[in-house]
Amino acid sequence: MILEILALILKVGGVAFVVLAALGVLRFADPLQRMHASTKAGTVGAGLVIAGVIVEMRTPDVTLVGLATILFLLLTIPIAGHLLGRATYVSGARLDGLRGVDALQGVLERNPITLEEALDADSERRP
Amino acid sequence: MIVDTTDPFRLASAILLVVVMIPLAAICWRLIVGPTVVDRAVALDMLTGIAVAIAALVVSATGRREFLDVAFGSALISFVGIVALSSFIVRKGRGGK
Repeated sequence: MILEILALILKVGGVAFVVLAALGVLRFADPLQRMHASTKAGTVGAGLVIAGVIVEMRTPDVTLVGLATILFLLLTIPIAGHLLGRATYVSGARLDGLRGVDALQGVLERNPITLEEALDADSERRP
Repeated sequence: MIVDTTDPFRLASAILLVVVMIPLAAICWRLIVGPTVVDRAVALDMLTGIAVAIAALVVSATGRREFLDVAFGSALISFVGIVALSSFIVRKGRGGK
């Protein structure tokens, strides 16, 4: 009974994190801030829900696949977030939410126009 | 009926499945509205986290263990997809073909 309640708490906490992450993706100002909400809170939310399922089911197969999924999420989402964040900066996306100096200025080569303007210019050049 | 409503914990998982539709709708809104390609890529990344959470909640609402494999598979495919998409964004941002 106690384990079932613990599993329910884990699942409710995970769903709360997922809701907050989606709220961040909906409300923040630029792609990098939205990524900040989605990568961290989204990982914790999905991981907590899977942990709740593991605690609830308590069978070897569910535990094995669940732990593998949590480990995989923790290993891959930072890498995917890093690659997507780098692509965002390099492709010249607008940084509306930036406060203070751009710390990556001169470190990474940055496109002066946004990706949409580059794609528009590309389609005009080749009719 | 797939969900056993006499078990309160299964019913709670089913209710949580309905609650997860709120972030799903928010992410779909971001996916449609954009406004940039990168915003849509971020939304797609987040969509996978929600898909994993939904698959895990289906396991505990119905008791069918196969759906945890679905969660693992969708996490796997999303990683490859995001890596490919970000490499495409970098290439297009540099004016490559």
